[in-house]
Formats: sequence, structure tokens, C-alpha cells
Amino acid sequence: MNYLEMYNNQTVSINDIPKLKYVEFMESNLQLLKNKPERHCVNYFGVKNENNITVYCCIADDNKHQLYISSSILASDATLSSLTAQNHNFEKFEREIHENFGIAYFDHPWLKPFRFSHNRSDKNISIADYPFYSTESEELHEVGVGPIHAGIIEPGHFRFICNGEQILHLEIQLGYQHRGVEQLFLHKTKLLERATLAENIAGDTTVGHTTTFSNLWESLCDFTPDHSLQFSRTLALELERIAIHTGDLAAICADIAYQLGNSVYGRLRTPIVNFFQEWGGNRFAKGLIRPGKINFPFTPELAQRLSDIFIAYERDFNEMSEQFFSLPSVLSRLEKTGIVTSDEALEIGMVGIAARSSGLVRDIRYSHPNNLYIKSFMHKPKIKIQGDVFSRVKLREEEIHQSIFYCKKLLENIPEFKKPENIPFSPGSNKFTLALTEGWRGEICHCAITDENGNLKNYKIKDPSHHNWMALAQSVRNNEISDFPVCNKSFNLSYCGHDL
Amino acid sequence: MFDNLKIVWHQGKQFIPDVTTEQVPGIFRGRPIITNEKVDEEAFVELCPTKAIGSSSICIDLGKCTFCGECAVQFPNKIKFTTDYKLSTNIRERLVIYEGNDKPIEVDPTTVRKEIHRIFGHSLKLRQVSAGGDNSCEWELTASNNVQFDMSRFGIDFVASPRHADGIVITGPITQNMAEPLERCYNAIPEPKIIILAGTDAISGGIFADSAAIDRSFLSKYHIDLYIAGNPVHPLTIINGILDFTRKKR
Repeated sequence: MNYLEMYNNQTVSINDIPKLKYVEFMESNLQLLKNKPERHCVNYFGVKNENNITVYCCIADDNKHQLYISSSILASDATLSSLTAQNHNFEKFEREIHENFGIAYFDHPWLKPFRFSHNRSDKNISIADYPFYSTESEELHEVGVGPIHAGIIEPGHFRFICNGEQILHLEIQLGYQHRGVEQLFLHKTKLLERATLAENIAGDTTVGHTTTFSNLWESLCDFTPDHSLQFSRTLALELERIAIHTGDLAAICADIAYQLGNSVYGRLRTPIVNFFQEWGGNRFAKGLIRPGKINFPFTPELAQRLSDIFIAYERDFNEMSEQFFSLPSVLSRLEKTGIVTSDEALEIGMVGIAARSSGLVRDIRYSHPNNLYIKSFMHKPKIKIQGDVFSRVKLREEEIHQSIFYCKKLLENIPEFKKPENIPFSPGSNKFTLALTEGWRGEICHCAITDENGNLKNYKIKDPSHHNWMALAQSVRNNEISDFPVCNKSFNLSYCGHDL
Repeated sequence: MFDNLKIVWHQGKQFIPDVTTEQVPGIFRGRPIITNEKVDEEAFVELCPTKAIGSSSICIDLGKCTFCGECAVQFPNKIKFTTDYKLSTNIRERLVIYEGNDKPIEVDPTTVRKEIHRIFGHSLKLRQVSAGGDNSCEWELTASNNVQFDMSRFGIDFVASPRHADGIVITGPITQNMAEPLERCYNAIPEPKIIILAGTDAISGGIFADSAAIDRSFLSKYHIDLYIAGNPVHPLTIINGILDFTRKKR
């Protein structure tokens, strides 16, 4: 067997993962993905050893609900053939390996700096030297945007090549937000420090990342979370989805200058985030999800509060949405704008809500369920096929309804909450754990590897934005540059989640 | 159009009439109070993930605190968080709360530069720069201008260009990769100008304080006018902080 079969949130011995020669490793992983739309690469990363580098490739199979893990040992100064040359799913991953460890790929089509991490192998190049694709032409012009943008958003640089108003090409350069999160996971050894790091990976996905970390850590330490913890995580994940999707609808309205929608959706987000505050004391659920315990029990009074909030929310949300999705001036801006076809989505390896808007059935809640998905309700992903801005916006509205339904379902059966106590966690030695969670944006993947003493040797984080930034660049081609903001917002990708 | 009007009618009045006295719902973790109760000091100090709790005389630094509330869960008789959201001041030391201290955190108008009140007291345009911010403070800065908090009713707005701005609001621990763009943005703002740090990450670096990937040299070069504490900063903390800073009489 060329790979190890495992499941989401399972811990395996690192020695059970097959170590292949690079040629076999490459062949095996490419074969796994060939003509299999139900499979994609969830993580591919390197770990530095004393004299060489081990790369781990993790392929998810959505139909069999399995993960296929394989590894290969590379010399530090290796020059290799790239997987990207044959499958674009690996494009970002190989750029990252190249940047961090100096592995060269002679046939990688786009081997550019990835995030200018502080521990990159080539310190001679700085973030100001990014080699943009450019073109010599008297007719075409370039537009540079960023790193600091006009609104209150995170930094990143966008470089457009345009023919008049029409975008021919967009290149997105990231890395400005790099804070060294993965390295800090190894330096900071206290559990609370690591949980704090996890909630700061992307502040808009606090629940998503802390849930992934908690699930991973509990599996790594052979601890089985009780029903109350599973309940809290599932409920919080769905609430986070409702809150952010609502905020995104408001932002879309702002980008198409529909003031009423902006105001109403904008204010509808408040009761949901305020509910997080009533439950856990923070509007972004920071401090709520922790491995092994929860400091804030979910009481029947809170359940009653949430039911009341939903009644008021749904009344206003439905009235607003009915109007919003029937206005010709709204539809004309959203329909057939920023299209990503399902073929393109497959090639890029898109995940999450953006992938589901382009016809791909990719949803961890369905394909690799964790927590109470399946146990409390069968999740069936909602899918759109057009892949335009309208699909991504409409899907948000539909997912909000779905999430409210799931929350109500969860509220029917509130578990007993224990007094929070500190579990003396100790990770197993020489272990490998992989945790997948469907955050509101898409699939979040954390991988941990421990050494022979049970200390963390590597912690790898992948935010869904990692896959989807390329989709944004693709979607704007042949669109007017004035439609870029609405395309961008329809993806709403994370800069800090990508830059780490 | 009638459908739109109907929605407006159904929404009613959403704005918070008085942002200085509004009560926040639930168990918001705002300004903490530390009691004089004797506890295992070492364990109490050691607990904090960002070393915000000081030991020589017991205190908590809200510039470093991530407001996770773990200390209040484990030492409920020693520290408790009140719902007081006024966590902004122009003096960094005022964010440090000592044992037995239950006084509000305030802006000290006597140390605010003289011209601030006159020039920015009725209108303040700000440029926001996220320098490694995790997008939670950014969401809250945006929320401070939604129809409920409605900060622009006080003439306080966020603008697109530093050339149109009177000051800069920094979020995030300031990454190496953002150090230069941040400095360039600041230099593009015309004098007189102010610097506001919003959130734990900006004020102290937070959990990233000892990361090799951040560069906070910008902050030692310039005078910081206002510190807004929180993780993320609450819209009411932002609005009250800026109002106190620009309008409070000496």
C-alpha cells in the first residue's frame, strides 16, 4: 500500500505512514486524484529533520470518508519534478515547501514566493520584490491595489492587467499578515497559549479554528469529549456561519450601493454576535471553545433566548431577502458576474461555500463529519451550479436558513454541562493527527506531529482561503474592474488565515 | 419602492440613543476588578497566556490581556470581569488594574495635546491599517459605523485615503511585512495627526508579542495618542474612547 488510510480526527503512529521514494510518492498521489472529482488534496507540507525534509501529503476521499496519507524524504538541496505540473491542486502547497525549505521544482509553472515567512529559506528577497507577471503592450495597462486597501480590511496586494475597463489577469500577492503562528505553536507549550493562538489564526473564524484545534488535541491526547462539548462546538459553528454570512450579505449590498440591504443585514448580524456575548462574554466567541472543557455552560435560559432571537431575526431576514433577491438592479450586478466553472473549481481544488457555488459537493459536515453532524442531524450540502457572484450570495442566504434549522434541532436536546475542570493532557509520542472542520468559509485543516517524547514537532494549519484565493483571481477575468469589489466580497477570503 | 419603505418601517429605530450609558447584554468581559483575597500568587500569574498578570503587586494589564476570562474561571474570588466597556485611555499605565482598584479607566484631558480638542473636536476622519490584525477588530471597527452604533453621527468616519485622514487606527501586532507600508501610510497623513492603537494585538502584540515575524519599531518612534483595549475592541469602547479623547474638556 502506498498510503495510510485514516479518518478525520484520528491519531495514527507516524511510523505507520508509508515512506515512499519521491517518484513513487508523486505517482501515487497524482493517481489518487486522477479523474476523481470526489478527492482533493487537503494538506501537503514539509517537516524539517536534522539533515533532510519529510513531506506529507493528505488526500481526502469524500465518498469513502477517508484520508490517504503518504510521505517522502527529500534531500535539503533537492531539485524535483513538481506535482503541480500535472495537477494544479498542489500549486500553493509546493510554493510553500519551496519557500520554507528551498526545495527546487524545475517544472512548476508558477514557482513564486508564497507568503514571505520570517523563516523562509531565501532571505535575500523581501516582500517589496515580488515578481509580478507583467506584459509589454501599448494597449494594456496595469492597476495596483494595496497592500493597504480603501476599506477597513486586511492588507494584500492585487495587480490587475486590464484592457480598458476589462480585467484580463489578476495576480494576488499575500504575506503582509504573516505573524509566525505555526512556529509559535511549537514555542508556546502551555495549552491555553496554544488555544489562544488557535482563536487568533483568523478572528472571523474563531469557532472554526478553535474547534479544529480542540478536536485535534483531544484525539492526540486520547481524550473523548462528552456530549456537552460536542454540542457546544456544533452549535457555535452554525452560529458563526449565520453571523458571518449575514455580515457578508450586508457587505455585498454596500458594494452594489444598496443602502437599505446594507443597513438591515448589517444590523441583523448584531443579535447573533451579541448572543455569543451572552453565552461566552465575547462577540466573536473568543474564549468559548477549549480542549477538554467549556467555561460557559449552555443553559435552558440561553436556549430560550436563542429561540426568541431566531424568531425576530427570521422575520426581518426573510422580508429583506425577499426584496433583495427580486430587485432587478441587484440581480443585474450579481448574475453572470465573476464566474468560476465547476471544471475550474476542480482544477484549483476549491473548498467550502465557494466550491459549493460552482457545483462541487465539498462540505466536511457531510463528507468527513465531526462533532454532532450526523449524530443530531444529517447534513445535506446545498449546491449551486452557475458559479457566479449570485450563486455565492444566494447560497449564503440558503445556508443561513439551514443553519438556523440545525440550531433549532440542537436546542431540542440540551445536554448536562459539567463544571469545567482542567484535564491533564499529554500527547502520545510519535503520533500524527489530522483534523478537518467545515468553518463558515470552508474546510479548515490542522495537522500535528509529535516527537518521541510527545512534544509537538510540527503544527500545520490550512485555512480554506489557501485554496480559494486562486479562484478569486480566476473569477474576475473578462469582468469589468468595477465588479472586482463585489467578486472579492462574494468570496470573502482570509488574509491572516492564509499568511498565518 | 413601497416594499422598501415597508422594510424601513418594520425596522423601526435601531440606533442606540446614548452610547455613553448603554448597557451591553449578557456577560461581556470588560474592566476587571481584582480583590484583596489571598490566593496562590504563582499559579494565578502563571495561568495567563499573555503574561498580562503582574506579580510584584498583583495587577492585570489590559493592554496585554486577551480577555479569555480563564483567570476569572479558576480564581472567581480573586478577579472578576465587570461589563464596563470603557477601556480606552491616552495613558498606557492606566490600562493596568491593581489589586483592590475599582475606578473607571479614563482619558486624562490634561495630557491630551492642546490642538486635538479644537481641531478634531467636531470632525475626525481616520485611516485604518490592519498590520497583522486577525480581522475581528476590523469587523468591530466596521460595526461601530452600522445603524446601531452609528459613530458617524459624531462626525467620526473612516476614509479611504491617508491624504484625507486626520489620523491612523492600527490593529494587529504589526508584522515585519507590514512595517514599511504602515510607516508610508502614516507619513502620507497631513499634520496634525493622531495614532490610535485598537485591540490587544496592537497595544502589546498580544499572544504574538515574542514572535520573530513581527516588527514593532514604528510604535517607539511616534507618540501614541489613544489606546483602545479589547480582544476584539467593542464598538462602544471605540466610540467612547474617541469621544473622550477628542471632546473631554480639560
